[in-house]
Amino acid sequence: MEIQTTEFKHCTVIKTSGRIDGSNAPQLSQALKAIIAKGVKNIVFDMSDVVFMASAGWWVLIDTQKTCKPSGELVLTNIEKGIKDSLNLVGMGSYFKTFDDVTYAVGNF
Amino acid sequence: MPTKRFTCSLKNLEKISDYVTDYAKQAGLNETQVYAVQLAVDEASTNIIEHGYGQECPSRIDITCDVQEDGLKVVIYDDAEPFNPETVSEPEINVPLDEIKPRGLGIFLMRQMMDEVNYQSSSDTGNTLTMVKHRENRKANK
Repeated sequence: MEIQTTEFKHCTVIKTSGRIDGSNAPQLSQALKAIIAKGVKNIVFDMSDVVFMASAGWWVLIDTQKTCKPSGELVLTNIEKGIKDSLNLVGMGSYFKTFDDVTYAVGNF
Repeated sequence: MPTKRFTCSLKNLEKISDYVTDYAKQAGLNETQVYAVQLAVDEASTNIIEHGYGQECPSRIDITCDVQEDGLKVVIYDDAEPFNPETVSEPEINVPLDEIKPRGLGIFLMRQMMDEVNYQSSSDTGNTLTMVKHRENRKANK
């Protein structure tokens, strides 16, 4: 799993691609924890190249959101329809602000 | 019906998904339905690997895909400790962020994503999880 992070003045953008499942969700978790360890709690997850996310991935995002709030926030961008539908189905969509564009998401902070 | 055997490793989740996806497409499921099958099978397989066997064990996960007239039937066989999804209570959803607990979500998703979910267990044949997804047009006509 390749994970890219880009630091901006008011937030950090994290991006990965492909599938997020039980085999690689721990890697995503580590990357997010590394960002938070630097004192950054405003995080944009660019999901434009993520094609699948199992519940193991969602828990990573939920844990991250719990850590970031209330002083910061994890927001999601460019979520694939299947992922978005399943997130909303279990009521998890409401835990995250979503954007269709990374630039807008960065501008949110 | 073709059956494929996978070793019990989280690293095989993508291979399992690819295998099932081929048949989901053959069955004429649309994009949303294919994703639903992928998610249900992934959650089921993850449960078997993480909760049934313990990780990275050497035993089997056999998956049979049956393209049917009105959709796809996926059957997953394993030899893990018997586990009945019916005994797992549904997760609390739409609760405040602080109160959400990582419990029972995989099974809830399987039930939500698929039209039929059936579990059987016996000492002779191990665990058998059968899941069916119908094509949307058939379902709409019901």
